[in-house]
Amino acid sequence: MSLVLDVTGPAIPEAAATASTARAINIASLSNVTKRYGNGVLALDGFSLDLRAGEIVALLGPNGAGKSTAVKLLMGLSSPTSGDVRIFHADPRHTAARLRTGVMLQVGRAPEMLRVREQVEIFRGYYPNPMPYAEIVKAAGLDGIEERFFGQLSGGQKQRMLFALALAGDPDLLFLDEPTVGLDIEARRAMWAQIRALAARGKTVLLTTHYLEEADALAHRIVVINKGRLVCEGTPAEVKSLGAAAISTGDVSNEPSRSLKIIRCVTTLGEQHLLGMPGVTQVAHNGGLTTVTSSQPEATLREMLALDQQLHSLEVQSPALEDAFLALTSN
Amino acid sequence: MSTAAITFPAATSSSFARTLRIFLNETRYEFLRLLRTRSFSLSVIGFPVVFYIFFGLIMNRGETIHGVSVAKYMLAGYAVFGMVGAALFGIGVGLASELSAGWLELKRASPMPPLAYLLAKCVTAMAFGVVIVSILVLLGITAGHVSITLPQFARMIALVIAGVVPFAAMGMVLALLVPFSSAPGIANMIYLPMSFCGGLWIPIMFLPHILQRFALLLPTYHVAQLMLGAFGYASAGSTLSHWFGLFGFTLLMLGIAWIAFRRLEQNS
Repeated sequence: MSLVLDVTGPAIPEAAATASTARAINIASLSNVTKRYGNGVLALDGFSLDLRAGEIVALLGPNGAGKSTAVKLLMGLSSPTSGDVRIFHADPRHTAARLRTGVMLQVGRAPEMLRVREQVEIFRGYYPNPMPYAEIVKAAGLDGIEERFFGQLSGGQKQRMLFALALAGDPDLLFLDEPTVGLDIEARRAMWAQIRALAARGKTVLLTTHYLEEADALAHRIVVINKGRLVCEGTPAEVKSLGAAAISTGDVSNEPSRSLKIIRCVTTLGEQHLLGMPGVTQVAHNGGLTTVTSSQPEATLREMLALDQQLHSLEVQSPALEDAFLALTSN
Repeated sequence: MSTAAITFPAATSSSFARTLRIFLNETRYEFLRLLRTRSFSLSVIGFPVVFYIFFGLIMNRGETIHGVSVAKYMLAGYAVFGMVGAALFGIGVGLASELSAGWLELKRASPMPPLAYLLAKCVTAMAFGVVIVSILVLLGITAGHVSITLPQFARMIALVIAGVVPFAAMGMVLALLVPFSSAPGIANMIYLPMSFCGGLWIPIMFLPHILQRFALLLPTYHVAQLMLGAFGYASAGSTLSHWFGLFGFTLLMLGIAWIAFRRLEQNS
């Protein structure tokens, strides 16, 4: 590398440096990956995903969307039918790539007659420069259960031990599959804090979760996948707006409007009248309650309040990620 | 732990040392795990020992048939019986369990060398086999007036260690083809008839002629004959033919395991 820089003169190094920074930032990638299983199931269909250093990415999708296939490919447990999978610019099955990767999977059983401490030590042994044992215990909250057998742990404790195994190698890239299943709220928030701290130290985290709240609270970027294809990606706010747009138009390709709000109230104003107001994209009646989706909520509200003096039970909400998610992955 | 203090200067030079250390660690904990799993350790060690006490020591105490000590003859059979149990249940059922629980997947995603994992399971089964044979020999010598020379004992140990290999391969096939919930049952369905037909309980020449022919296909028969050969009691076939039988059986099992693994990988 340095040799090339020396000979090519002053103009090129800058470009080369930029290119190398860009490449360094890209930690892992799926490029146009298609995966068809032996039984004919098409799990991924031209799916691409890039993970950049220091970001937390949540992979969202309904069951069977291709999430676990995508993660399996990145972990090198399966090979793509076509397309390219790279981790640190190497084949994910390469030991060098695995030495920089930590994995937390949904595991039914770990060996039940091994102690938590022993399991962590086994995994630490796989890496030349593991995370210090005491640090793992602290980060995963294993205090007090270190000497217990896996078979004696509660669901949440098992989950924390599996998290500890993912941390064992002090990896640069973590795959966390449903990391907080079975955790109580306190433990869940503690794990979130740990995951954020990892990202703050420049680690990259790919997370799959069924808790949309978790993706919302934790992820820098959400990637929504359905039927093996990318539906959309963006910050949680962007995905919510896209979802809201999908709610109102059934089309995801619209520009996301960041100010989209859902207005609920009891009003005498008719549907056609409401649809004519500025910014209103959708109107629905449910019992006595009217739900109005608007991209200019302030203008819409001003007009509604002016026209209907009797309007009451007013509620204004940002579209929830749940709604967005359902809208994006429906049909 | 001393492991934490070890540093690794250069990746390439220490790579072999590290792999070796991972393998030893894996073996140590696999042995500890199975020892602590009472349902495994008690039955795998207990059955051959109790059977030998009943059938070799109590019922046939001091008896000889055509100048062959029954207690010594049976020692060979139950030594093989114990080793096969350790291999089939330790490797077969253990692997099936870890496969079904997704644990193997987590291990495979880690930088653990896959060979370290498989070898650890093999070596653990060998260790259990050695423990079982040692207990049986000790019982035979102290309670059954069996005389065993040191070279004979050494040959027994060596046979137990080598004999694990075909049954380890068979255990892999079992784990890959049978779901975990039925793995222990299927393992018993293989283990017990194979032990009987291989002449581990009743000397092979006392079995019906058709079973004697069928036994040629069974690895239990070949290991048992090699074990008896160590005492000069072998009844049929040359040493080489028995090794050949074991080798062929191992290859067959590895082949099936390979196909099953490929199929599993394509559909998972």
